[in-house]
Amino acid sequence: MFKSERKSAMGASRVNILSMNTIVLVGVLLCAIPFVYMISASFRREGDLYKLPVTVYPREWTMHNFHTLFDKTEYVRWYGNTIFTASIRTVLGVYLAALAGAAFAKYEFRFKRFFFFLVLATLTLPFHMLLIPLFLLMRDFGWVDNYLAIIVPGMVNAFNIFLMRQYIESVPSELMDAARIDGASEIGMFHRIILPLVRPALGVVGILTFVWTWNDFLWPLVVLHDDAKYLLSNGIATMDGPYEVETGAIMAGSFLATLPIIIIFILMQRQIIAGLTQGAIRG
Amino acid sequence: MSAHTLTTGENTQPFSFGDWWSRNQRKVIPYIFLAPFLLSFAIFTVYPAGVALFLSFQRTRGFQQAEQGGGVVLEYKGWANYERLLTKDKRFREAMINGAEFWLGTLLVQMPLALAVALALNSPNIRFRVLGRLAFFAPYITSAVVVGWIFRFVYDQNFGWMNSALAQLGIEGPAWIRDVNFVMPSLIILGLWTWVGFNSLFFLAGLQNVPDDLKEAARIDGASTIRVFWHITIPFLRPVFVFVVVTGGIGSFSLFSQPYLLLDFPNTGPFDSGLFPLMYLYDMGFLNIRMGYASAIGYILTVVILIITGMQLLLFRLWKV
Repeated sequence: MFKSERKSAMGASRVNILSMNTIVLVGVLLCAIPFVYMISASFRREGDLYKLPVTVYPREWTMHNFHTLFDKTEYVRWYGNTIFTASIRTVLGVYLAALAGAAFAKYEFRFKRFFFFLVLATLTLPFHMLLIPLFLLMRDFGWVDNYLAIIVPGMVNAFNIFLMRQYIESVPSELMDAARIDGASEIGMFHRIILPLVRPALGVVGILTFVWTWNDFLWPLVVLHDDAKYLLSNGIATMDGPYEVETGAIMAGSFLATLPIIIIFILMQRQIIAGLTQGAIRG
Repeated sequence: MSAHTLTTGENTQPFSFGDWWSRNQRKVIPYIFLAPFLLSFAIFTVYPAGVALFLSFQRTRGFQQAEQGGGVVLEYKGWANYERLLTKDKRFREAMINGAEFWLGTLLVQMPLALAVALALNSPNIRFRVLGRLAFFAPYITSAVVVGWIFRFVYDQNFGWMNSALAQLGIEGPAWIRDVNFVMPSLIILGLWTWVGFNSLFFLAGLQNVPDDLKEAARIDGASTIRVFWHITIPFLRPVFVFVVVTGGIGSFSLFSQPYLLLDFPNTGPFDSGLFPLMYLYDMGFLNIRMGYASAIGYILTVVILIITGMQLLLFRLWKV
């Protein structure tokens, strides 16, 4: 993704190199500081945190906050709830987006353009304007405090369909025609030709869906009211309320909740960034 | 089709689904593939949008008893909700102004910074590329709830890292989220932290789409670096500008989780200085159970966002490459 060395011969002055490196390094530092605070606070006692002068590292490292988290709150349960719902939503979401993407990329049918316009329309419309009626709908379905409310309504995501369509367009149509002559069914081709060929794309769409579900706050806040059912975001948001836990415990909870997302990103950063930026550059 | 069909004629041939399917599946399958999207669109977008429109003309009077069905009790009020929102409701006006301020902050500070970072990352001889990419992306994928909490502590007047850092420079820091004049700057800084790096990766991807030979040809013809940047690089970045500006506009007016956590909702900062439209919608709809009024907020907000998005797209269309 990065082009570099090749151009260095043509006139990048020493000062220029130094200033560019400085900009990047300062940026990295500024991005890191809030994370440093979070991690540092996770291992401190409240007295250490609220004591002058303020220090970057704990004066005394402690696991106290993690014990608070596990003993006094439902944190472990929230973690499990989040992994469970985010995983189901990811698997279903990726599969359904691939189906719709395949329809747009590989088939001709009536109203194709109109349907695609609908996809683009949902991309630009803020879903939040429908917060009230969607909540009422969930009440009618009996889905309040039920994970179906988290999994189903946003499951077929327009952005994912858009991405899948772009990737599936690269699958050679000749391959599909050859399979048709050999008597393959359309559904069989979807599973045996399209899906295996766009596996990297499935990964990107899957990870994005997983991260969005993991981080979403407003919708779970609206439909989950029982604190045993909470996802991590609701749980962490209310930790100062009924549990009266301290800053350190809140930061410890935040730290553990952020960790898997960052690890996933480190492992897949190339694919994720390429997947996200692709649509924007093509315009 | 078999020879058998041809000899006996269509009418006597019993209908076989398998036969019909193998002949027509290529025509039918796209509709089946699209069915989940269309169903979901109808149930979770079109229907609720209709319900919201209906509700926005009603006044809500709480919920019925469970024996009566537990529905919402309504009373038709015509345009009253919209009229009140647009002419009398000071909190709503404040929320929209705050959204606009945040949006301006986004445009004027965030975009130039993001472009600068992208240019730095794109220049040759840069160290820490991989580290940079991770550091710049990490804030974006961190939960807004977590970000809100961290910044609430970082902005603490006496023990927060913000003021400690300022004190090192000999500056006495403000009360940030407790000072009416600093709530918006606090949020904009939080926004910069979250989105500058993320947007810079889009600019970076765009920069790498600029053909090198074009730039080199211009240089050989004697164009200065600034002219090359202005007349070649910037026009190539147009789609990225469109994307960043449009998503920034939508995001600014639908900001929710960050101010919710930062300001400890239902607190919304001194004099509502950190109240955003969606927070007001949530407050009205779920804390005050005025669902009709909240639906009207949703519609006005959507119209405003659509107008702003449309205006931005129009401006970009006028910007000829």
